[in-house]
Amino acid sequence: MGEEANTITHNTIYIDGQPVTFEAGQTIMDAAFSAGVYIPHLCHRPGLTPHGSCKLCVVDIGSRGVSFHNSDRRVQTKFSVDIDGRSVSACTTPAVAGQQISNNTPALNEVRKTITQMLFIEGNHICPSCEKSGDCTLQAMAYHLGMLDGHFPQFFPRREVDASHPTVMLDRDRCILCELCVRASREVDGKNVFAIAGRGITAHLIVNSSSGKLVDSDLETNDMAAHICPVGAILIKEHGYEVPIGRRTFDLHQVGEIGLEKVILANGHGKYATPDDETRHARFPVPNPLPQAGEGANESLREFHVNVRHTDE
Amino acid sequence: MSKIRIATTSLAGCFGCHMSFLDMDERLVALLEHVELNRSPLTDIKHCGPCDIGLVEGGLCNTDNVHVLREFRDNCKILIAVGACAINGGVPAMRNHFTLRECLEEAFLNGVGVENPQIPNDVELPLLLDKVRPLHELVHVDYYLPGCPPSADEFLSVLGDLLEGREPALPKKLLHYD
Repeated sequence: MGEEANTITHNTIYIDGQPVTFEAGQTIMDAAFSAGVYIPHLCHRPGLTPHGSCKLCVVDIGSRGVSFHNSDRRVQTKFSVDIDGRSVSACTTPAVAGQQISNNTPALNEVRKTITQMLFIEGNHICPSCEKSGDCTLQAMAYHLGMLDGHFPQFFPRREVDASHPTVMLDRDRCILCELCVRASREVDGKNVFAIAGRGITAHLIVNSSSGKLVDSDLETNDMAAHICPVGAILIKEHGYEVPIGRRTFDLHQVGEIGLEKVILANGHGKYATPDDETRHARFPVPNPLPQAGEGANESLREFHVNVRHTDE
Repeated sequence: MSKIRIATTSLAGCFGCHMSFLDMDERLVALLEHVELNRSPLTDIKHCGPCDIGLVEGGLCNTDNVHVLREFRDNCKILIAVGACAINGGVPAMRNHFTLRECLEEAFLNGVGVENPQIPNDVELPLLLDKVRPLHELVHVDYYLPGCPPSADEFLSVLGDLLEGREPALPKKLLHYD
């Protein structure tokens, strides 16, 4: 018993009170992934170097209830920073034994919603005109967080569209600067096609070619960088409407499902999941048969026979 | 018993949200036992009287939109931004990539098939705003109903909540932006 408890203390963190084991070197995000615990994120993809830019994976690390050896209380970096009691990005913060992590709390989800609203208003995210709608992780994140509006004034920035490449489209209107394409190109494709230039509000995606255009870059249709975009900034041409709205990734899945990255990437390559009727999105339900005259009709109308609170005038 | 009074309008929209409202089909009969329509394209009443709920479709693209929205805000206890255009400008806001002059010249001077090219300049025409704007940038909006268009079920959900005196809470399964 004593031995078991000892094991737990040395490789266990607690996410919303749930014990999660980790291996040395894993981040909080890695450990959560392995345990099937969802921490919201946009710029993270298992297998690529963590970037920590979208800040959707913000979690709170509280002080631990049990006291440990002093060296455990500090993250093992060269600066030996004490992170207890701070908000950190889960994708870049190492898991340290005994961490008490708050993740799925109303306060954190409200902060995440505000971050998502800022991502929306800073770009031009006109979902009805975007062929990525339904396959877009940003949109799915907004659904997940219950975002109804952008809250802030719209920026309506003017951004450059690059349609020069024969098979890949680059629309910077929708770019959220997550650098997934940058990292995929560098780490998986071995090419360095993309980078972020500029700072703050002028930051933008640039293409590594003499003309700055995609057509003159090394990008090829089968590169991971051409498929990894979580929004509709990098699109494969001529395939945008092969799957109708209502049958797309996030019509069939929730963004919080673990292992969804594989589904998304598979979909990005044009191999779409075939939905069955049971998993179809709730917005396209099989309509109830119309009520016949008589009792059935009255019953169906009863949903509006409610205790209406009339306003006095 | 007095009925809940609702006004509706379409500003820089396509009336698609109003069509979706009508998609309630036979459920409209039950709804109309509890609500009456004031200013609305469905009643053809031209100005808004005191109302409980205002449903506004579309964003702001011209001065008339601004006047109408202010009239709604002044007269409606609860103002609801309906649909993508009302919430973030939507498809009409795609003209914000260009200057107003560029848009007018493309539409009325240089466009394909334009005859007798001239930019309309009648005093009866409301002036266009330099950019299309969502509603909440001009007036306070109490609630948002996203979608392009919001489904009939979404309308029923929010109106049902309000009729029962509850804070509207759109079920997540109904939430969509397309």
